[in-house]
Amino acid sequence: MADAGHSPAEYVTHHLKHWASSHDDAFISVEAWHFDTLLVSTVLGLLFLTLFRMAAVRATSGVPGKLQNFVEILVDFVDNAVKDAFHGSRDFLAPLALTIFVWTFLWNCMDLIPVDLPPMIAKHVFGLEYFRAVPSADMSATFALSLSVFALIIIYSVKGKGVGGFAKEFLTHPFGAKLLPANIVLNTVELLAKPISLALRLFGNLYAGELIFILIALLPWWAQLIPGLGWAIFHILVVTLQAFIFMTLTIVYISMAYEHH
Amino acid sequence: MQASIPSIVGQMIVFGIFVWFTMKFVWPPITRAMEERRQKIADGLAAAEKGARALQDASAKSEEALKAARAQAQDILAAASKQAAQLIEQAKVQAQQEAERIVAKAHEDVQREIAHAREDLRKRVGELAVIGAAKILKREIDAKAHADVLNELAARV
Repeated sequence: MADAGHSPAEYVTHHLKHWASSHDDAFISVEAWHFDTLLVSTVLGLLFLTLFRMAAVRATSGVPGKLQNFVEILVDFVDNAVKDAFHGSRDFLAPLALTIFVWTFLWNCMDLIPVDLPPMIAKHVFGLEYFRAVPSADMSATFALSLSVFALIIIYSVKGKGVGGFAKEFLTHPFGAKLLPANIVLNTVELLAKPISLALRLFGNLYAGELIFILIALLPWWAQLIPGLGWAIFHILVVTLQAFIFMTLTIVYISMAYEHH
Repeated sequence: MQASIPSIVGQMIVFGIFVWFTMKFVWPPITRAMEERRQKIADGLAAAEKGARALQDASAKSEEALKAARAQAQDILAAASKQAAQLIEQAKVQAQQEAERIVAKAHEDVQREIAHAREDLRKRVGELAVIGAAKILKREIDAKAHADVLNELAARV
């Protein structure tokens, strides 16, 4: 709900400002730390790791408990997803995929918390003027993941094909050695499109979702229930789907990089 | 809407630590437990199959033993009845022989009795003949002098 005395535009812009070390309007800031994103995502990550570590410590090959069952379903699901696309050793890639899936899922889940609640708590309990609770609605978080994946794509390309093989493919694919400049342009675009699309897809979906929630919160209280409920239910799908897509594309990109064309 | 370089770098470091932790301390124990359970289930299924096969074997063996026992019983029964028939036959033969022997003995006895009676009769006839002849001749016959004649007579009777 909008605070009395603020215009809707002020309300929306207030909600879209980070708790940051400094505020500037640059699209890519070089000095502002987004504390809220870092804090929320780290807490969520620790939640994930604590839960899974608990299950791992208690893991038994006998009759599994409920927590172990839940964790095993996720582990099996991720392991199968990796197994289907990637034919190398899964020792690193499968845990990576699991971390990405559960972590982004938890990020996205923050979008289901009432949109005014985290800033209100931040303001009245911790005295923070601005607070954004959804890490995946911040490009810093999504690009952090996608750039890590980008680095892994390069590493796995070199690992799978060797430096020479990677360079050769980069220079001579898909048009042959005669059209070297065209190959370089195309491959650069292809390579860069992967992390950018990966980050922007997740960010776009969750940012739009958050924005709709903010807009719904601008309605009179009696008109919020139906659209708020509808959008939240729809968002359950988006939350899961976007986390799944991010994980699957990570696996696919890395396996494409690792294997010969 | 803003991406911040320090945030990205910080977030990447956090991400790296999380992935490392998952890889080291979360993933291996869980997958190991799952693999062990898979192995256990496979072993259990194999054992069950083995048990079923053993049961099948045992039932086949018992069936066979039953069949053999039945056949043996049949054999024993047949042998017994054969032996019984043999015994009866033997007894019959024995009885026959006994009967024949008795009949023969009786026959012999009768024969001997007849011979005996004949001998007796002969002796009597001799005496009677001597008495008759003495009466006829009215004199004493010297039995000793006429023994030859008498014996001849007796033999002729």
